[in-house]
Amino acid sequence: MPATSHGTAKPAVAPTRLRPAVLVVAVLGLVAVVSVSTLLGAANLGWTRVVAEVWAQITGGRSPLSATEAAIVWEIRLPRVILAGLVGAALAMAGAAFQGVFRNPLADPFLLGAAAGAGMAATIVVVAAPSVTGWIIGPLPLAAFAGAIGGVTLTWLLGRSAGGGTAVLLLAGVAVASFLTAIQTFVQQLNTDTIKQVYSWMLGGLNTTGWREVLVTLPYITLAGAVLCLCARLLDVLAVGDDEAASLGINPGRVRIVVLLAASLATAAAVAVSGLIGFVGIVVPHAVRLLAGASYRVVVPLSLLGGAMFLIVADHIARTAFAPAEVPIGVITAFTGAPFFLLVMRMNRGQIR
Amino acid sequence: MSNFPRRRARRLAVIALSAALVTAGCGAERADESSAPKTSEKQFPVTVTPPAGEPLTIEKRPERIVSLSASNTETLFAVGAGEQVVAVDDQSTYPAEAPKTKLSGLTPNVEAIADYDPDLVVLSDDADDIVASLKQLKRQVLLVPAAKTLDDVYAGIELIGAATGHADEGKDLAARTKGDIEKLASDAPKLKQPLTYYHELDTTLYSATSKTFIGQVYGLFGLSNIADPADKDSGGYPQLSNESILKANPDLIFLGDTKCCQQSADTVAKRPGWANLKAVKDGNVVALDDDLASRWGPRVVDLARSVSDAVDKATSS
Repeated sequence: MPATSHGTAKPAVAPTRLRPAVLVVAVLGLVAVVSVSTLLGAANLGWTRVVAEVWAQITGGRSPLSATEAAIVWEIRLPRVILAGLVGAALAMAGAAFQGVFRNPLADPFLLGAAAGAGMAATIVVVAAPSVTGWIIGPLPLAAFAGAIGGVTLTWLLGRSAGGGTAVLLLAGVAVASFLTAIQTFVQQLNTDTIKQVYSWMLGGLNTTGWREVLVTLPYITLAGAVLCLCARLLDVLAVGDDEAASLGINPGRVRIVVLLAASLATAAAVAVSGLIGFVGIVVPHAVRLLAGASYRVVVPLSLLGGAMFLIVADHIARTAFAPAEVPIGVITAFTGAPFFLLVMRMNRGQIR
Repeated sequence: MSNFPRRRARRLAVIALSAALVTAGCGAERADESSAPKTSEKQFPVTVTPPAGEPLTIEKRPERIVSLSASNTETLFAVGAGEQVVAVDDQSTYPAEAPKTKLSGLTPNVEAIADYDPDLVVLSDDADDIVASLKQLKRQVLLVPAAKTLDDVYAGIELIGAATGHADEGKDLAARTKGDIEKLASDAPKLKQPLTYYHELDTTLYSATSKTFIGQVYGLFGLSNIADPADKDSGGYPQLSNESILKANPDLIFLGDTKCCQQSADTVAKRPGWANLKAVKDGNVVALDDDLASRWGPRVVDLARSVSDAVDKATSS
């Protein structure tokens, strides 16, 4: 890769606004990924027959698929693809937001005790109330949601009581995470009979999800996405420095709270339905930065779309690579994400900021 | 705290011993009667050979047995060694009279085990090198690993019987278990086209292939397992893709997650897309007892009976 083709001038002219062409390409990419992923799956239905089914649904004609096969497409495969997209979008944009708020390239959605809080709450629910049924959404995702929000809040309160500032907040996050993880391990140890249930949730995965999960997460992720996209310009200002931001009439503390709340909400919604899926929140925003520019007005919306694409592809591999068996999706995100990330990094030497 | 029961147990042991001596003394003419306790004294010392490990010579009839696995606990009580058991682990939920404690077989604590002053520790996993630790404390250890085949079950029953002074009961029980299971299997309807089945371990769709112990029980009835093609890593317990279960459309669904995860024919029918499955429509979703479906004690007969009933129902309708 010749060093002259990019490098020196790029940071200066990197677009600060999202160019429409880039947005169109990203949206088209997402549509393509969703389509392919819906046509192909663990059950080998033949993509032409799935296309015929879709056509029959639109025109009201005859479908070549049996009732069971149609259920596979409409009740299992399509909601799973859409949910993977939602979860990926949520984790990736939350990652971008956390990196912006903390001006730390290693920040990710699970940094501030969100994952630890979700894990602890899920464990306690599995142990204490395993027999609740008939809820719109099970008690486990609800608890994970509350736990993620609770973990972040605890970190926030601790960090503020210790004087505030990003470094203090990050340290508070580390402390809260290890404390909550310790409680979780202790509860697990006392209740070994439910240990398997907790672990299979923590490993993450979308195997048994349906439209219900899509409907439950959609409002939260949409809301968080809207807030984060609107705050992208403020994150750009924040990147310059707190004093500079204040001199422009922006209250850095308030921006941080709003962005953190929105990002935590997105993370909690994702974690609640999919368990803990790592790597998306770090890899996708950085890949976007390297490919399209470092302005948050570019990074946040493109991370949203890119994260959706990335997780749909990862989940597609998880359900088809060893079909009819499943592979844990966390394995796929790390296995495909890491080399891809290294490649992007090599192509853009010295530009990671 | 543990002193009092120990003293009482010792006193009981003395009484039992003298009783045994008395029966042995005046029961000489009735030697061929098959009721058991009297035989126990002359069985020792006994040398047993566990499937994994060296032969173990037990000098005296164990009177303070600690069991660290639910399956072995069931076997201990079934061969009549229940009265010799002083403590069982936190997973040993059957039989109800088993002295359940907080001991763990998964993360065993050697001091906590030693606190019960056992003269025989029966376990199925050498977790954290617990066997070596117990041997250092001069405790006799009988490692009866998880059964891989039905023959392992029968052998395990005989082994535990012999090691605890109930060799005859052990042999009896093993033979009866084997006989019952073989009868159930031979009475099963012979099908030209084997019925297919899906055995569910949890709600994330982990399953067990026909190579596993539970899979072999199904195999007795000529059932064909839809999880077999998924077992690429040959671990025996693959996670199935939701789509592939619907595509396979099994004749029978066995739920091994009724206790852990409150699954039932109703909850299965409510899963997205599952309502169209043959097994759901024909009412062939069978709720198993999680414990029966994951242990390898003498109650494996009950499991086989559930399967047999399900096959009868599926073929008669």
